[in-house]
Order: sequence, then C-alpha cells, then structure tokens
Amino acid sequence: MLNRSPRDLITANLSRSPGAARVDHLVVAEMVAPGSRVLDVGCGDGELLRLLELRGVDGRGIELSREGVNASVAKGLAVIQGDADTDLADYPNDAFDYVILSQTLQATRKPREVIEHMLRIGRHAVVSFPNFGHWKIRVKLLLEGQMPRTKNLPDTWYDTPNIHFCTIKDFRQTCSLVGAKMEKAVALNAWGQQLRLPAPWWFWNLFGEQAVFLLSRRPSSGNASK
Amino acid sequence: MAELRLKPDLRDRLGEVENPHSQVARFGLDQSLKLDAGVELAPFQIAYQTYGTLNSARSNAVLICHALTGDQHAVNVHPVTGKPGWWETMVGSGKPIDTDRYFVICPNVVGACMGTTGPASINNKIGRPYGLDFPVVTIRDMVRAQAMLLDHLGIDMLFAAAGGSMGAMQVLQWAVTYPERVFAALPIAGATRHSAQNIAFHEVGRQAVMADPEWRGGRYLAEGTNPRRGLAVARMAAHITYLSDAALHRKFGRRFQDRAMPTFSFDADFEVESYLRHQGSSFVERFDANSYLYLTRAMDYFDLAADYDGVLAEAFRGTKTRFCVVSFTSDWLFPTSESRAIVHALNAGSARVSFAEIVTDKGHDAFLLDEPELFAIVRGFLGSAGAARGLTG
Repeated sequence: MLNRSPRDLITANLSRSPGAARVDHLVVAEMVAPGSRVLDVGCGDGELLRLLELRGVDGRGIELSREGVNASVAKGLAVIQGDADTDLADYPNDAFDYVILSQTLQATRKPREVIEHMLRIGRHAVVSFPNFGHWKIRVKLLLEGQMPRTKNLPDTWYDTPNIHFCTIKDFRQTCSLVGAKMEKAVALNAWGQQLRLPAPWWFWNLFGEQAVFLLSRRPSSGNASK
Repeated sequence: MAELRLKPDLRDRLGEVENPHSQVARFGLDQSLKLDAGVELAPFQIAYQTYGTLNSARSNAVLICHALTGDQHAVNVHPVTGKPGWWETMVGSGKPIDTDRYFVICPNVVGACMGTTGPASINNKIGRPYGLDFPVVTIRDMVRAQAMLLDHLGIDMLFAAAGGSMGAMQVLQWAVTYPERVFAALPIAGATRHSAQNIAFHEVGRQAVMADPEWRGGRYLAEGTNPRRGLAVARMAAHITYLSDAALHRKFGRRFQDRAMPTFSFDADFEVESYLRHQGSSFVERFDANSYLYLTRAMDYFDLAADYDGVLAEAFRGTKTRFCVVSFTSDWLFPTSESRAIVHALNAGSARVSFAEIVTDKGHDAFLLDEPELFAIVRGFLGSAGAARGLTG
C-alpha cells in the first residue's frame, strides 16, 4: 500500500516559472474546457484542482495519501480519500466531462483498468506521466546496468511508489487496446517546456521527459467496460 | 397549574427546563410539531443561543447541532455548571466557525432538558412533568422543530449546518429532509444509522437508569426523587465509548488515585475509576434521566436509508448541498467506515463532497477537542463554500 503521493515525489523538481503554476499542470489545464465537471484522480495536495477551479471548472478529487487529502480539503476543495485502483468502480457512468490522472498512472496497480474506468466515468480522460523511453533513462540503463534514477524519478527500485512505468510508445499501444481516441498529445522536455516542433512519435519517445494525452471514448467502443 | 412540591435542587433544574437562561421560541397550540410517532406536540418551546450577527441578505446563518448530552450553550458559560461552552474550540470570534462572519444558531433539541420541551417539561394537561408520557422523538423530529425555529427567525436557507455525533445525524437529516435549505453540511464523527453495537451500549445506559429505584417508573420529578446513581452509571459506561484505549491509557495508565498502594477494597483506587465517577456525578447535576432515555432512543431509531428502501444514495439524489465529512482514526463508536458510507452515497449522486479522516488517539470525543487539522479543514471548507455563496469578509 502506498503511503505517499507519487505525484509529490515525481514532480517536486518539475520546472515552474516563479510564483506560477507548474508547467505540466498548465498543459493539463489547457486541455480542459472551462465550466466543465472534472474528477482529478490522485490529486495530491490539490494544486491542479485549485488551478482548474480558478478557471471556472467544477472539480472533485480523490487522493490516496491522508496528508494530501487533508491539505486539499483545507484549501476548500472537494477531495476525498480513495484509491484509484479500487474506488473508480463506484462512480457512475458519464459523471464527469473530464477525468484527470496527473503523474499517477505509473503508481497504480492496474493502469489499464484505471484508464478504462476513466473513459467510462468521463467523456474525456487526461493522462500525464513520466516517459520511461526518454534518452537519459535509456542511456543510464545501457551504461550503468542499474534501474535509472533521475532528478524527477529519484527513488531506488525497492522504495519507489512507481510500479508500472511506461514509455510514450507503450501508452499509445494501450490506448488503442482499450479503444481510446487520442485527441491531443503534448511532450515536455527536461526543462518542462513543450516540444513544439512537429516530430514523429519516435522523436517524442526519445526526447520527451513528460507526456500529456487527451483521450476520448471511441463512439464504437461504447460504454461496455465496467 | 397545580402547585409542585419539589426538592430545591429539582426545582432549580426545572427552572432551567421551563425558563432557561437562553432565548426561547414558543409555539402555541396552533403550531404543533408533527412527530414521527404519529402524534403532535403542542404547545412546545425551543431554547436556543445565537452568536454573531445575521447579515441583511439573511444568508450567513450557521446551525450548530449538539450531541447527545450537549445543549445550546456552545460558546458561552454554562448556566448550571459554570463551565465554558462545549464547542469554544470551534466556534467564536476568529475561530473556524467564525462568529465575526457567521450568524450562529445553536438550539437545544426536542426531548432534551435545557429549555426545549422534553420529558422534564410540564405537561399543561396534567400540570406535572411529562415523564414517560412524553412521546418518543426522532432525529427527524428534532430537525423539523429546528426548521420551525428558522421560520420563526425568518431564515429561509442555512449557509451551513454543522455538528458532531448526534449533531452529525441532525446535519445529515437536514440535508435529506430540507436539501434546499442547507447550502453546506458538515457532519463530523457521524453515521447514517446507529449500529447494533451503538444500540447495545445505549440499552445498557437506559437499563442502568431504569434499575435505579429512585427512577419511579419515570415519575421521579413529581415524586421528589432523582435516579442519580442509575444516570451516573449510564454516563460512566457511555463515556468509555467516547474515548479510546490509547487515550485512556495515556491519561491514566494504571496510576493510583491519591494513594501509594491498593486499599484492598472497592474504593476508587485507580485514577481512571475516580475520573469516571466524577464524570458520572457531575453529569447528573445538569442532565435529566428521562431525557437521557429519550435522546438515546432517538439515536437508536436513526436510519437515513430506511425511507429509501435501504439505498442511501437515493436519500441524497440530486442534492445541491456541499458536504464536508470528517472522521477520526481512533473513533470506534462512529468509525471511519460509517463516514465512508456517507461519502460513497454522495459520490454516487455526484454531490460535491470532501472527506477527511484525521489521525488522533482521542476517540469519538476528538470533535470536541483541540484538533488543529480539524480546524484547518473546517476553515477551508466554510471559506470556499462562503465564496460560492457570495459571503464576504
């Protein structure tokens, strides 16, 4: 059982302009239409939710760590303690416009089922995750022969809450497997800046340190997944 | 009215019952309270305290619902015990429920004994206290009476309803019975039903009261007796359930009370025994034994989902009320699982709900105590709800 919020661990070092919201949060927020209903799964201390509410979004959150929940509630956010792996099943179909999974995917036990639930509960899903296909990680594994540790992923293999790393390529395959339609994708470099140039996927998979995907249900995929 | 022959201490207490040190709203024969038991209570009165100022839009009213043995004296010196109000940690100027911002109303519940009509009140038909002729009341009856009080005060919609334990039950009942009259609900250490274990503990307490020969079949006020021992034992047993094993051990351990060794008697050798005896004997000075029977019964009957074929989510369907549910890790009387069931039902209806479990070893009574994390959560919840409600300041 995780007792820490994975998001706090991973993104503690993510770049942010002074006094402003985190860049990856801004990228996620850009993908959400103002005035919509949003569920942030694994919402940490509620900073993304707060950013969204400032933009007129009706936001809810669930978070595993008690510290994160209590900090969020103290900010006036509608956040409850819960586990993405078990509690999403309790939400009704189409309850939200967007379900967000920010820097949490790799810490879930069943990432594929989590994505399926997100697309059942919400019309759209926004998923951001650290890309394990980034060249620095590949080089570390190749040259050092050990599980890579980076500034943004500082944990040793035995105490990391991140149990299901994936690459951008892996994630794209999973999306087609669960019948999700990729509406938008953004990769961020090591400095948290968007990779702007139009590039093929292999380039993003090599140079993107973070990825943010906006998904929607394929009309044909229906709402079958429970 | 018939002349009552009562011992002085009972006359004093009846003084608080009939003419309390509070504001009183009196409802006449034409304004009866319709009870779940199928009878009407009239006339009746509600004793209540207010703190702060109602704004011109009448939109900043906060209802505080008290627990089983609480009363309307939440933030002032208690007229009988001389002690500070029971929620001065939470409510007051600059406190989380800030009386500089909100108009706080705290009524004594129906069935209680601090000025709202209950079994110790005089039944005008016979000129004697009701005793067991008082109808059995429910949490919903308490809430209906409070709604009549709000009508009397000219308040259409509460900004918030807040309370712990039996107070949380009233808050939840408010949100279900009058959803359009509650903007924000704050049930702390509560549940949507009384569990079998909770009912069992209450039954022990009631049997202790009724086993006291001075109870006289409930007619002790008229007969000039008082079932002190029975009520004290009930309080002692209940008090244990409000604490936790860890808290009791931290406070008292196995320490002796003013002695170095055991006396080899049934005297209160241990500090914890002395503490419980004090809890029991001080309680009977301010509480009516029959009220204890009625209020514990009201809690036992509480089951929000019962009116909705057992489906709790149906009770909250379509609610616009914002909820903040709080529980405590060491509360085994109203454990976190009960609060989680509330959250689960609210989620199913896509209600706006926050839920926090606070780590403490203080047990059920933690809602009355100094818990900084609880205060931060209440402050944050009410602040954000206030912004949504358009409250300024």
